[in-house]
Amino acid sequence: MSMNAKGRPTVAATAATSAIPDTFTGNRALQIEEALLFEVGRHDVTGVDLDEPADFAPRLGKLARKQPIDLPGLSEPETMRHYVRLSQKNYAIDSGLYPLGSCTMKHNPRLNEKVARLPGIGDVHPLQPLSTVKGAVELMAELGRWLIEMTGMKAVALSPKAGAHGELCGMMAIKAAIAAKGETRNIVLVPESAHGTNPATAALIGFKVVTVPARPDGTVAPEAVKALLSPDVAAIMLTNPNTCGLFERDVVEIAAAIHAAGAYFYCDGANFNAIVGKAKVGELGVDAMHINLHKTFSTPHGGGGPGAGPVVLSERLAAFAPLPFVRVEADGPVLVESEEALLPGETPFGRMTAFHGQMGMFVRALSYMLSHGSDGLQQASEDAVLNANYVRAGLRDLMSQPSGDRTCMHEVLFDDTFLEGTGVTTLDFAKAMIDEGYHPMTMYFPLVVHGAMLIEPTESESKASLDLFIATLRDLVMKAKAGDLERFQQAPRFAPRRRLDETRAARAPKLKWEKPEPWVEAAAAE
Amino acid sequence: MRYLPHSEADRQAMLAAIGVGSIDDLFADIPSDLRVHGLDLPRAAGEISVERTLGRLSAENIAASSVPFFVGAGAYKHHVPATVDHLIQRSEFLTSYTPYQPEITQGTLQYLFEFQTQVAHLTGMEVANASMYDGSTATVEAVLMAHRITKRSKAVLSGGLHPQYRAVVESLSPMAGDTVDALPADPTGTEDILASIDADTSCVVVQSPSVYGHLIDLAPIAAKAHEVGALLIAVFTEVVSLGLVEPPGAQGADIVVGEGQSIGNALSFGGPYVGLFATRLKYVRQMPGRLCGETVDAEGRRGFVLTLSTREQHIRRDKATSNICTNSGLCALAFTIHMTLLGEKGLARLARINHANAVKLAESLSALPGLTLLNDSFFNEFTIRLPGDAADIVEKLVAKGVLAGVPVSRLEPGKSELADLLIVASTEVNTDEDRAAFVAALSEVLA
Ligand SMILES: Cc1ncc(COP(=O)(O)O)c(C=O)c1O
Repeated sequence: MSMNAKGRPTVAATAATSAIPDTFTGNRALQIEEALLFEVGRHDVTGVDLDEPADFAPRLGKLARKQPIDLPGLSEPETMRHYVRLSQKNYAIDSGLYPLGSCTMKHNPRLNEKVARLPGIGDVHPLQPLSTVKGAVELMAELGRWLIEMTGMKAVALSPKAGAHGELCGMMAIKAAIAAKGETRNIVLVPESAHGTNPATAALIGFKVVTVPARPDGTVAPEAVKALLSPDVAAIMLTNPNTCGLFERDVVEIAAAIHAAGAYFYCDGANFNAIVGKAKVGELGVDAMHINLHKTFSTPHGGGGPGAGPVVLSERLAAFAPLPFVRVEADGPVLVESEEALLPGETPFGRMTAFHGQMGMFVRALSYMLSHGSDGLQQASEDAVLNANYVRAGLRDLMSQPSGDRTCMHEVLFDDTFLEGTGVTTLDFAKAMIDEGYHPMTMYFPLVVHGAMLIEPTESESKASLDLFIATLRDLVMKAKAGDLERFQQAPRFAPRRRLDETRAARAPKLKWEKPEPWVEAAAAE
Repeated sequence: MRYLPHSEADRQAMLAAIGVGSIDDLFADIPSDLRVHGLDLPRAAGEISVERTLGRLSAENIAASSVPFFVGAGAYKHHVPATVDHLIQRSEFLTSYTPYQPEITQGTLQYLFEFQTQVAHLTGMEVANASMYDGSTATVEAVLMAHRITKRSKAVLSGGLHPQYRAVVESLSPMAGDTVDALPADPTGTEDILASIDADTSCVVVQSPSVYGHLIDLAPIAAKAHEVGALLIAVFTEVVSLGLVEPPGAQGADIVVGEGQSIGNALSFGGPYVGLFATRLKYVRQMPGRLCGETVDAEGRRGFVLTLSTREQHIRRDKATSNICTNSGLCALAFTIHMTLLGEKGLARLARINHANAVKLAESLSALPGLTLLNDSFFNEFTIRLPGDAADIVEKLVAKGVLAGVPVSRLEPGKSELADLLIVASTEVNTDEDRAAFVAALSEVLA
C-alpha cells in the first residue's frame, strides 16, 4: 500500500494489493515516497512573487474565466523538494550505463547546456527582425554545413522536431517529388526489422506499406527488394546500420534497384552513430535521411525529448526541402521563410512546423561537433563499434546471437535461445539487470528476432565499465541456467517500484488525478 | 578527446579480446571503395575554443532581455523562475530516456501524470497527453484525429489561426487525404466562420486569442459544428491566457491544442517548445502521443506507466494514430514545475499582469496620431494599423533599441492589404519604462 507524505495510504487496500509497509512513512531511507502535487499543493499558495497590477479596465469582452482552474501551488522550497525527490526515482546516463539499443544513450556534455543558455541563443525570439538574429542564422548554416559534409548529401532540412518528424519530412519530400513528375506511386517498402515509426510515417501520408522479408541475419537481400518493385513503388525506408546492429552490406545494389524502378531511397538514420566519418550515405545512394541529434549528437534525451531530426537530402530531393531553409549566399546565409522569397528551382513542399526548428538542440549538437572535430567524430564512431563488439566478445559463449557470432556495428543483438528451458523470459532477464544497477537493454525489438535484447553501450563507456557489465550479465546467465528463478521473476526487488500492473493501467485508464471519493478519504484517515 | 574514455592501450586490448587485428576489421561490411578517410571539417577543440566560437555567434543577436521587447505571435518572452532551470538540469531528468522501464523512471512518469492533470484542468478538458512537439504540430495532429473520428475530410481553418500553423496543416493534411478550407486572414476578428461549416466538415480550427490577439467566442462555433456532426478544435499559442480567459473546454471544444512555451520554456529562436493536447475521454483511443496512467506495483503501491500504447507506432505500426515517438518531455517538465510554482493564485495574477500591461500599452499606442487599434478584446497581444509599412517601421525601431512586434507581412508576405499591420505583445517582463521607450521611439519614427 502506498503512503503519501502524511503517512496516509493513497490507495484503498484490497486483498490482492495489500502489503504491509515496513516503515510508517513508506519511505526506505533515501527512497522517499513522494505524494502527488495534487495531494500536497494548496490553491492559495504560490512560489512566485508577483505584484498585483493596479486597477484597470479589462478588455476580455464576455470571455473572462468563470470557474476556478483547480491548480494547486507549492512554495519554492516545497517545489524544490518535490522534484528533487521525483528525480531520485529515475535512472540516468549520468548515473550508469544505459545500453538501450537504437537509442544511443551517450554522455551529454554540460558545455552544450551552457552554450544553449547564452543570451543570444536561448533568449532570442523566432520572429524578431532578421537583422537582429544574424548569428542565429549563421549557426543554423554552420550546423547544416557539418551535416552535409558528414553525409555527402546535397541539402538539409533542419526544422523537423525529432526522428519521426524527420521521417515525415523526408517522405513528404518524396511524395511531392513524385507528384511533380505527374506520377502516382502509392507503395512504400519497409523491412520487417524497421522501427514502428517507419510504417506509421508512410501510412500517415497515405502510402500503403508492403513488408520486405529479412534474411536470417536481419539484413535485406537485393532480390527481396527487386521482387517487390513495380511502377507503384514510391520508396523504400531502410535503416542503415539496421536495427539488428548490422551494416546493410548490399545497400548500393538495393539503392540502384530502387532508382532504376523510379523510386526513392529513404534511410532511417537513427543508427548514424556507427558510421560518422566512416561512410557517407550520399555515396550509398540515399535520397533522404533523418539524423536524430538527440542520439548521434548527444543532445540530452530529457526523459522523452525534446529531440531534433534534421533531414539530409540528395540532389533529386533537395529542391523540395520545406520552409524555412537556410540559403547560403555570397554575403552570408539567408533564412528563407516564405514562398515569396524563393528563387527559381526552389520548390518546397510546404512547412513542417511553426518557426525554424529546434535551435536549442542545434546549438548543443554543433557544440558537440566542434568539440569532437573530424578526428573526434570518427574516433567516437570507432569506439562505439569497438565497445559493442567487446560486449559481444564477452558474452558470445553464453548468450545467443540470432545468426551466429559475427561482427556488429555499434549495437549487438541477442535472442532468447540461451534462456530456453530456464523459465526466465527476456523481460525477467531485463528486470534482473535493474536489481544489479543497470538500465536494461532494448527488449523485444527488432520484431524479427525472438525475445530480442539489443545492447548499445555507446562510446562513452570505459573498458572497466564494460568489463563489469559483461561480468554482471555472465553472472545472470549462470544464475538463470542454475534455476534461480526467484531472482528473475521477482525482479526488480530493489527499485523504487516492483513490477507495475500494465494491464490494469490500460483496462481502467486513470490518466489524471481525480479527487478521491469521500469514503476513500474517510477510510484512509482511520 | 575529453569525452572518450579509452586509452590507446585499452583499444588494443579490446581488439585483441574481440579477436581482430585492427579497427578496420570491424567495419568490413562497408564496401571498401565507399569507406571515408577523413572529413573536410575542423579538428577537435577544447571547451575554451568552442565557447568562444558559439559566444561570438550569440553576440551577433539581440537578446530579448536586453531591450524593450514586444515580440509575440506564437512565442512569448516571460520570466522563468531560477528554480525551473535548475531542476530540469538535474542529471536524473536531463539524461534519462523515455520511461520504458517504469520501475526505474517513476520520477519522469509521476511528473507526466501531474502535467497531464494540469493541462486537462487548464483547458477544461477530460484528458491530456504527455506532450507533442509544439503547438503547430499538435494542431495538425488534431485535424488528422478529427478525420479519424468523423470519417470526414474537410478541415475549416479560421483566418485568425497563426499563418505558420495554417501552413503546417496545409502541408500535411492534404497528403493524408484531407481538404483544407482556410479562411482569409482575419485581422479584425470579425470573420463569419459559421457559413463555412457544413455536412462535409470534419473539424473547425479556431485560435483564441487569435494570432491578431482577438478573443473569440467559441460557443456558437461549437454549437454549429456539433449541429452538423463536426468537431471544434480550439487552438491557443499563449497558455498564460488560460489564467484569465474562459477555457475552450467550457465553450464546447472537442479537442484543445496549444503551445506551452510561455510557461517554463525559453524563447530559443523557436524551439524546443511543448505542444499541449487535450480532448474528451470518449476520444482518448484516437489521440496521438504518449499517455501516462496510474496503476499499482506488485506490492500494491501506487505507480505510473505509459499506457494505452496500442494507439502508438511501436505496437500498431502502420495502423497507429500518429508516428510520434520522442516528444517534448523535458519542456513538459519545465512547464509543470513553473506551473506548480505559480499555482492557481500565481497563474491568475501573472495573467492579470500580462493583461494589464497590454491594456496600458494599447491605450498609449492608440493615442498616437495615425494609429488604429484593431481589437475590441485581447489578452496580452493586439494588432495595430500603422501609417506606413510595418516591417520598415519595425526596422527603424530596432535602430532605436526597441523590438516592437511582429509585422503581419512576416507571416503573410505578399498581401499588401496587411503590410501596415503590427502584432504587439506585452508581458510581465515589460516595465513602464519599456512601454514609454516604445511609444517615444514610435512617435519619433512616425514624425
Ligand atoms: C530506428 C529508429 N527509427 C526512428 C526512431 C524515431 O526517432 P524519434 O524518437 O526521434 O522520433 C527511433 C527512436 O526512437 C529509432 O530507434
